[in-house]
Amino acid sequence: MSRLFRTLQTALGTELRADAGQFPPSVVACAVPRERFAEAAAAMKAAHALLVAEWANDESAFGRGFGVFACYRWAKDCVIVKAELPADEPSFPTLTASYAPAFRFERQMHSLMGVLPAKHPDLRPWIAFEDWPPGAHPLRKSFDGSLPLVRGTGDYPWIRATGEGVYEIPVGPVHAGIIEPGHFRFLAVGEDVVNLEARLGYVHKGIEKRFESLPWAEGHRLAGRVSGDTAVAHALAYCIALESMAGCAVPVRAHWLRALLLERERIANHLGDLGAIANDAAFAFLWHQMMRLKERLLRTNRELFGHRFLMDRVVPGGVAADIAADGAASLSRELDWFQGEFERLVTIYDDNASLEDRVRETGVLTPRQALDLCVVGIVARASGINHDSRIFHPFPPYDRPEEIGLEVPVLVSGDVHARAWVRVLEVRESVRLLRHILDRLPAGAVRAPLGAPPAAVAGFAAVEGWRGEIVYWLQSGPRGEVNRCMVRDPSSLNWIGLEQAVPGNIVPDFPLCNKSFNQSYSGNDL
Amino acid sequence: MIRILRQIFRTGIVTEPLPGATDARIEIAGCRLEEAIRRRFRGSLTIRQVDAGSCNGCELEIHAVNNPIYNCERFGIHFTASPRFADMLLVTGPVAFNMETALRRTYAATPDPKLVVAVGDCGRDGGIFGKSYASLGGVAAVIPVDVVVPGCPPTPADLLHGILAAVEAAPRR
Repeated sequence: MSRLFRTLQTALGTELRADAGQFPPSVVACAVPRERFAEAAAAMKAAHALLVAEWANDESAFGRGFGVFACYRWAKDCVIVKAELPADEPSFPTLTASYAPAFRFERQMHSLMGVLPAKHPDLRPWIAFEDWPPGAHPLRKSFDGSLPLVRGTGDYPWIRATGEGVYEIPVGPVHAGIIEPGHFRFLAVGEDVVNLEARLGYVHKGIEKRFESLPWAEGHRLAGRVSGDTAVAHALAYCIALESMAGCAVPVRAHWLRALLLERERIANHLGDLGAIANDAAFAFLWHQMMRLKERLLRTNRELFGHRFLMDRVVPGGVAADIAADGAASLSRELDWFQGEFERLVTIYDDNASLEDRVRETGVLTPRQALDLCVVGIVARASGINHDSRIFHPFPPYDRPEEIGLEVPVLVSGDVHARAWVRVLEVRESVRLLRHILDRLPAGAVRAPLGAPPAAVAGFAAVEGWRGEIVYWLQSGPRGEVNRCMVRDPSSLNWIGLEQAVPGNIVPDFPLCNKSFNQSYSGNDL
Repeated sequence: MIRILRQIFRTGIVTEPLPGATDARIEIAGCRLEEAIRRRFRGSLTIRQVDAGSCNGCELEIHAVNNPIYNCERFGIHFTASPRFADMLLVTGPVAFNMETALRRTYAATPDPKLVVAVGDCGRDGGIFGKSYASLGGVAAVIPVDVVVPGCPPTPADLLHGILAAVEAAPRR
């Protein structure tokens, strides 16, 4: 029995109801009266649970109003708490008193679904912009997402500071480099950053609404493009959630091939990040070297699997790629070559005193802050949080540690170096995993037929992508159609981590801090 | 330091004669690109990249165009931080509703004559995101486009081809 569920029972007594129709059964779903939604959060906080996600759902297709959901996790425990809101007065008590990440989640729910988090201290629009027409809540069923918006006007009140010598630096949305758009507003005194406020939403493409217009069997293609650098992990999370609802038994070989693709994606992205971190400390040598290794891996992806970023290779029911014996052998040879090259570069990174001077004690996110902000992935593991969904919310094949063991590096200094070094350690571990997978790849089919999911059920999945934990929550409507596809990229949590890590640093160190987080804009903005 | 030098000598020059190097068509394209940039842009083509709503897939490939294997700088192609210095905008899409204003302003800030290359299936017509309340579709829906480079994402070699096509179509300076 789940410890978190028992805690909720103690706190809420008979007002806590079990909520049927949630898959997989390891995720406990329950419902509380809406006035006790925040009380449940306080009980979870007292039990040291972390907030995974908070989202709203339009349940008019079921003849109800709205649902608000909060997902909490502690070690292997995972519970989803739901509260129902009437359609004519969709308000609920804010969770911001217990959980800092609820600030952003609830602003987003308020903007996109039009539910009101009562007593939320900051209801400026989020993802939606101030020039959207009033009353445009695209995630509501009554909103026709195919029609263009009519641009209005409005102001976005930034956080301001006054005093002698305080000035603002506005950056973006179009940035200096080849990166995604977002706006950063620095308040600085001299070189020191006093506050950093991010404004995101520029690449909002209506992805969650788009999912609702696609058939189940095509959603994985869109999931693979939520954040193009994380094509495998996003598609995998979508597929696992869908397969749990539809009761699909994915062949074992497909599970192992999915892990193979996932670890290759992890290595490729970590290489790019390590190079980019060094490059932002003016050590371009390492960027060129890392990009050289990355290019080789991408070319191999294309040769063996047909796509450099492995898009559309993970499909509902299995994978759309397979390797023959000679393919496995060539991957093994590539790993031999890669390991030697990579280790030489790691030695150079580690030896370089001027690089070390830039990355150590820069952009510190303390373990305390990391816990408060519920950050995930590399950012969490560089700040002392031992969480990796491959271990704590294991999906096949990682759910069989006796067959595929996993070591997860955790560092505590929380600086740029820690985030870089976690990547180094993870690349090494992924190489070891890949060797293990290639040695023991089971034979058999790579794809099973997927039936339609039953009506009115929900599926949950958490997959450890290279940035961190990706969460999908799918719900089928009364006719078995897609009613909702909630996507939570790790960036939704980790962006606040960046904002907290930067103050106290000098302005020129911002790019370095930003690269060490390397959060997705597209995955955040959806 | 000695390790860095040793690594540099061990690596040697990894830049490929021309991207992909697998077919002669691409090889010829590289020569033509260098020649066209020399003649029409006095040896230097400056590009401002604008992400108008992409998933970041196209950005990764534009990064790769700058890596030592494709090494676009050898043709005189340079990516700049400011549209004020740019000869060309390399725009990835779809154009998000929330990016429309920024894209228009970037276009206006780029001096004439300017070239626009729309990158990817999304830059062409909105791709998988289509047209919706949040997506205006392809880049041409917002600013004039000279050349489209389809693909999801287009490979680095495709991107160099697209840039070449735009440069060859440009009037001589």
